[in-house]
Amino acid sequence: MSETDHHAVDLRGVVKRYGDFTAVHRTDLSIEEGSFLTLLGPSGCGKTTTLRMIAGLTSITEGEVAIKGRRVNDLPIHKRNLGVVFQNYALFPHKTVWDNVAFGLKYRKTPADETKRRVGEALELVQLPHAADRAPSQLSGGQQQRIALARAIVVRPDVLLLDEPLSALDANLREDMRVELKRIQHTLGITTIFVTHDQSEALAMSDRIVVMSDGRVEQVGDPQAVYNRPASEFVAGFLGNSNILPARILAREGERAEVEVEGLGALLATVEPQDPRPLARGETVKLAIRAEKLALSPAIGAEAPGPDAAALAGRIATVDYQGQVARYFLEAGQRQLQSVNAIDEHPLPEGAEVSIRVRARDCVILPA
Amino acid sequence: MASLDPKDNPSRPWTLLSPALTAILLLLVIPVCFIAVYSFWLRTATGADVAGFHLDNWAEVLTDSFYRDILLFTLWIAFATTVICALVGYVPAYFIATTQYRHKAFLLLLLMLPFWISYIIRTMSWINILGVSGVVNVALQWVGLTGEPLQMLYNQWTVIVGLVHFLLPFMILNLYVSLYGIDRNLVDAARSLGCTGWQAFREVTLPLSLPGLAAGSLLCFVLAAGTYITPLVLGGPTDAMFANLVFDAIITQLNWPLGSALSLVLLILLGGLVILYNRFVGMSQIAKSFG
Ligand SMILES: Nc1ncnc2c1ncn2[C@@H]1O[C@H](COP(=O)(O)OP(=O)(O)OP(=O)(O)O)[C@@H](O)[C@H]1O
Ligand SMILES: [Mg+2]
Repeated sequence: MSETDHHAVDLRGVVKRYGDFTAVHRTDLSIEEGSFLTLLGPSGCGKTTTLRMIAGLTSITEGEVAIKGRRVNDLPIHKRNLGVVFQNYALFPHKTVWDNVAFGLKYRKTPADETKRRVGEALELVQLPHAADRAPSQLSGGQQQRIALARAIVVRPDVLLLDEPLSALDANLREDMRVELKRIQHTLGITTIFVTHDQSEALAMSDRIVVMSDGRVEQVGDPQAVYNRPASEFVAGFLGNSNILPARILAREGERAEVEVEGLGALLATVEPQDPRPLARGETVKLAIRAEKLALSPAIGAEAPGPDAAALAGRIATVDYQGQVARYFLEAGQRQLQSVNAIDEHPLPEGAEVSIRVRARDCVILPA
Repeated sequence: MASLDPKDNPSRPWTLLSPALTAILLLLVIPVCFIAVYSFWLRTATGADVAGFHLDNWAEVLTDSFYRDILLFTLWIAFATTVICALVGYVPAYFIATTQYRHKAFLLLLLMLPFWISYIIRTMSWINILGVSGVVNVALQWVGLTGEPLQMLYNQWTVIVGLVHFLLPFMILNLYVSLYGIDRNLVDAARSLGCTGWQAFREVTLPLSLPGLAAGSLLCFVLAAGTYITPLVLGGPTDAMFANLVFDAIITQLNWPLGSALSLVLLILLGGLVILYNRFVGMSQIAKSFG
């Protein structure tokens, strides 16, 4: 058995160019059977293009795409056995809900009784068993999205491809559908590639996240890894709020490195054991610290920061009150920092002198 | 400030429409009423029209097989023209609607170009193409395929060719509008569910373009059925269409009552067709291609 046997999809050196413009740079990616993978990135970073290349809706300039270990570059889309859900649902307006869902089975020459059973099951699964005779235009946005999903999964595709399927829904519905979609994916155990520019969607749903920027893959990892250990300044900035500070390595010892942050002082940072970088003394780097990892306490009576942590003195410049949490804009040394802290009754007042605790494990060293 | 909400000012739409409604009333409704009245008058042998309520013209028009045959011929010509326009027009409409070419507007402008030249001149141009000393005959003789020039003009087929030439842009424009409005993702969705390109066309593109096809067909049919210049210029002596009868009755024979009855027959027939269309498709489809 070869290494790729349990991969549902493999991209090997895939490139997409439009004339002189490269929409997707050389990309290698493997997607495990049954897993939920998200392509995450800002608008125009090449997510849709990547998805469409897998689907066979866009040609590949270089490289190869394999589905279940089989090269599909020259296999037309209708033979790839995929389920695709589009952002605007793309339900056939001139067909009933039933005919929409049964569409793929018709072209797979499924017998009538089996079609009936499977369409029924699919409608059951998306919790719309009574919508069969309606026209798509008689359904709400969320219902249309469910039917689009039913239409894609009823053919039991090898891979389910979803291009921003939730972005046209309003915020509450989006969160419900998020849970719903994850439930269905889990029930069917279907390999899923999900495209979104919404980090919370990506973090909540994915087994693995691929962060993309400008047609390049910035980082691949599970949600915690991508969130807690960003591999680049872009990833640190795109997911959540991070303080990104210019710094210089002072010393490195195993998984610990001491860095000097310009205008702030020395801090301890954690280095992953598998990190291949030398991080020699004097090397310039960037230090990333998530806003919610900077814990604030009033300067007077502050406890000692404990081992592997540092306490910085700062002053609160502005407070942005958000109910459960407050965002603080701080001045510390010659730098400005952001901190998000839970509120216990009252936020800390503006102008207050605070002690900022920075733990070594929350400091990530990024390339400069 | 005056409110723009029609609910606050129920007379406003009528105020804005009034110039158009006045024009339609003066130039269309009233003349048609005159024609309707005229059709019941009688023309005597002396040439004078007798006012009154005589059914003679209507009896003649509705029973004489001469009129019926020409009416059927007219409907046939209009039908053939419409079918050819639909078949020939679909491909360019599809192309313009789906092309990634940057200057799409330019292609649409090319489509409008024929309207800058008089319809009569465009019709006459076929004489230079298909006539005895026209381009086609000269070429055929030069190549040596024929010794004698071929007689290609002045039959029902040249009438149809002339009408297709005249009406094709109307068909293409209507088809273009409905094809352009089809979401490309629908075709992609059909493809991803197992359709070949051709099957996706049959399942999605074709049915969704039918409203445009119906609108284009209605325009082509009505305009073709009402034409009298094309059969006059390109038809033979036996290729008269219904509007030629009206022309003859009124201009040549000065028989206004008969001509009125004839023109009302055509009006009622084509009007009925428009009503049927409106019932099943809706007028808004035609409005789209002009908006
Ligand atoms: N047919 C095309 N011709 C030329 N450039 C294209 C074409 N399709 C996409 N692009 C370009 O490729 C880049 C990536 O596009 P893509 O649609 O993959 O972005 P995306 O990540 O899906 O963005 P969004 O979140 O806005 O959907 C964009 O800069 C886009 O302008
Ligand atoms: Mg996109």
